[in-house]
Amino acid sequence: MTTTDVPPPWGLLAEVTHACPLHCPYCSNPLELVRPSAELSAAEWTRVFGEAAELGIVQAHVSGGEPLLRADLAEIVAAAHRAGVYTQLVTSGVGLTAGRLAELLAAGLNSVQLSLQDARRPGSDLIAGRVSYAEKEEAAGVIRDAGAPFGLNVVLHRRNLDNLREIIEVGARWGADRIELANTQFYGWALRNRAALLPTRDQLDAAKAVVAAWRAERDAPELVWVLPDYYEGVPKPCMGGWGARTITVGPDGTALPCPAAYAIPDLDAPNVRERPLGWIWTESPAFNAYRGTEWMSEPCRSCPRREVDFGGCRCQAHALTGDAARTDPACALSPDHDLVRAATEAPRADEFVYRRPGRSVSG
Amino acid sequence: MTDPAAAPADSADPAWRPTLDGSIVLRYDRVRGADLLLMPERAVRLSGTGGRILRLCDGSRTVDGIIAELAETFPDAPLDAEVPVFLDRVRARGWLR
Ligand code: SF4
Ligand code: SF4
Repeated sequence: MTTTDVPPPWGLLAEVTHACPLHCPYCSNPLELVRPSAELSAAEWTRVFGEAAELGIVQAHVSGGEPLLRADLAEIVAAAHRAGVYTQLVTSGVGLTAGRLAELLAAGLNSVQLSLQDARRPGSDLIAGRVSYAEKEEAAGVIRDAGAPFGLNVVLHRRNLDNLREIIEVGARWGADRIELANTQFYGWALRNRAALLPTRDQLDAAKAVVAAWRAERDAPELVWVLPDYYEGVPKPCMGGWGARTITVGPDGTALPCPAAYAIPDLDAPNVRERPLGWIWTESPAFNAYRGTEWMSEPCRSCPRREVDFGGCRCQAHALTGDAARTDPACALSPDHDLVRAATEAPRADEFVYRRPGRSVSG
Repeated sequence: MTDPAAAPADSADPAWRPTLDGSIVLRYDRVRGADLLLMPERAVRLSGTGGRILRLCDGSRTVDGIIAELAETFPDAPLDAEVPVFLDRVRARGWLR
């Protein structure tokens, strides 16, 4: 693929801070969290959203960490809105008061995605590593009262999959329009906690039946089931292909094709402080590293599915084999597939390693 | 949540004044040269005609009103047959109220 025929990106994941009051053991932030002093200013985010819109980005997830920890969040949302970008706040709910949400909606916020860790207080607070269930329930009320489009996101794993029916009922009771049931993807913090988070096949089969039964009974809330790839033998098409649909910009301006790509050390990730987003998307070596199919080796290179799943996830290939250019071990055809199978058969653990900032940040 | 008693069922209801659901933004995308429907987690690219019809769905016009307005620009198009079908389809996806 030459740089001139790279199709424009659709979405931006704006991680405006890595700071977060919660400590989820599957957090999608990198193990090395960016400190608040290195964060992009609202003025820098304004420039990023302007460049993003020029490039073709029409949607943004304003995420974190916990984006509400930024006092200037409304300014950032307003900049996205002015650029014509549809914005969704991705929040733990901690700090989402009626006043705060009203301010964000007035700035042009389009929708809210609230996270929930489990159906009931003890389980949810245990996963979050902090008492937070009641605040989430209040936040849900705030979103509902404001009439904002409301998505609930629940990361699923060994410790909450058995409560799936109850989780869905909580989402319905809280007024969610859509519930995203996101089976844990094992990178970063989740990979560290894999033995405690990886479900059994029986748990997943039962969960699939719960989803099917709900869909047969009711139209709302809409359920989105994000496939667990460890048991399927089929890799997921990472982000619709490397550098194909979205850009992740981290708190310090690091730009990546995927939030998990922080962990690929030799990627030489570009930064929006140094380069325009257009260059980053079309020309940067990092965004071109695994675009298309040229970089592939066997078995992907000659596989009929290579344009369907793009060889699976690069971050997972790197995390499990040390080489981001290998076939995703989640694929049954991968020579490394036994790594994934062994993990599904290995003994499970009960203790979590909670997400915490490194020693460079206190608190 | 829509209250079935308050919301007309479909284009057969002469009182229906279609309007986009509150979660949806309709905008023209200069980069792709197309109208888009933006909603949580999704962007839908519209055909030129689809965009033109949905732009008229602002809650002020009935289905007949929308057809009449389109007929000024497209006098020969089979609007009576196609516009209601299109509106019903979009409404079935939850994008129109
Ligand atoms: S996954 Fe948990 S710890 Fe990570 S950003 Fe979200 S709420 Fe915070
Ligand atoms: S061999 Fe590669 S392209 Fe084929 S299914 Fe597996 S990951 Fe996908």
